[in-house]
Amino acid sequence: MMSFIALVAREVRLAWTGGGLWLPVVFYLAVATLFPFVTGPDKALLARTGGGILWIAALLATLLPIERLILPDRQSGVLDQLALRGWSDELVATAKIAGQIVAFALPLLLATIVGSALIGLPEAQLGTLLLGLALALPALAGLSVMIAALTAGLSGASALGGLLLVPITIPLLIFGAGTLAEGPGNAMQLLAATSLAITALSPFAAGAALRAGRT
Amino acid sequence: MSSRQASVPSLSLENVAVIRGNRLVLDGLSVSARAGDVIWIRGANGCGKSTLLRLVAGLLTVTSGTIHSEGHMALADENMALDANMTVEAALRFWADMDGASADARDAALTAMDLQNLVHIPVRFLSTGQRKRASIARVLASNADVWLMDEPYNGLDSASCARLDQAIIARAASGGIVLVAAHQPPSINVAMSLILDSQGVAA
Repeated sequence: MMSFIALVAREVRLAWTGGGLWLPVVFYLAVATLFPFVTGPDKALLARTGGGILWIAALLATLLPIERLILPDRQSGVLDQLALRGWSDELVATAKIAGQIVAFALPLLLATIVGSALIGLPEAQLGTLLLGLALALPALAGLSVMIAALTAGLSGASALGGLLLVPITIPLLIFGAGTLAEGPGNAMQLLAATSLAITALSPFAAGAALRAGRT
Repeated sequence: MSSRQASVPSLSLENVAVIRGNRLVLDGLSVSARAGDVIWIRGANGCGKSTLLRLVAGLLTVTSGTIHSEGHMALADENMALDANMTVEAALRFWADMDGASADARDAALTAMDLQNLVHIPVRFLSTGQRKRASIARVLASNADVWLMDEPYNGLDSASCARLDQAIIARAASGGIVLVAAHQPPSINVAMSLILDSQGVAA
């Protein structure tokens, strides 16, 4: 257990010393800053569409750390050393996902408060947006590790990562944006269920990709 | 992650064959080692020395044949597995903690590889030979029963080579098994010198 925590802590440290803390947050806030320039200062329009834009920004920010999640550890032999010590690939993937939740998801949630102020989102929506993102971000962390494991070492890994991410995140986006609608229905529950399924499956998919990539 | 149990290390490969990338890298290879053995694997570039070590480490699977091993393993290959931005001391401590190694074992490993003066230097500033020494120190500190060393003498100066010789002799004398893959002839007494030919068959 201590080793697991040590590996999660290493993930967080590597992310925050490698630009992983600021890059997604700055990207996210940049979208929130630029969006009003596109729509114009129509407060009602911003309030209606702003939450959805933040959802899209969060999904795309997921792609930013992908290149440094798996490939450097494979090249430096860290993955081999963990496998040698009896770590299953799924457990390594789980530690990386947990690290991503701390290093990527938490800062993004904090940035959402700033972002929603920049867009001028009504306060009632901020709570819903935060809850929805908090539910979805573990799934996004899982997807980023999974895609990083699948594309590690391939040329054009970032472009391929985008292609892989988009279809899988569509349900998250539909339910996530649905929670912000006038009559949200069961969108929040469906979002939670979708996110849970993706989060729970991603360590296995990422683990299988890590195993297949070992040469 | 694994709990340590006192067991006598042993290693046996029977009739092992490996195909990698449509090429038969190793074929009909049988090796066995008991506690205290140093096995020296020689051969030209590309003859399958590294593949053999990765097989023993469990990082690759055999195409046919069987491998059985007892004891914890440590691997030093071309990849250092130390985080470039950390100091030598912190990077080594990460793995020592994973292995449940004591601070004494860590210090002894640093001393054995003459790294005491480099402990506060970030790993990325190390020279080729210093990197090699740091990666060997990682193996030394692990207290593993079986050491797998891929070209450990590459890049080392003569003083460091002698230190490595001493470390290998000491590990074998204390009941470990050391597999050394190298292109040069053994510099120490070895239990077995295995020469792989270009087909990966023990000649």
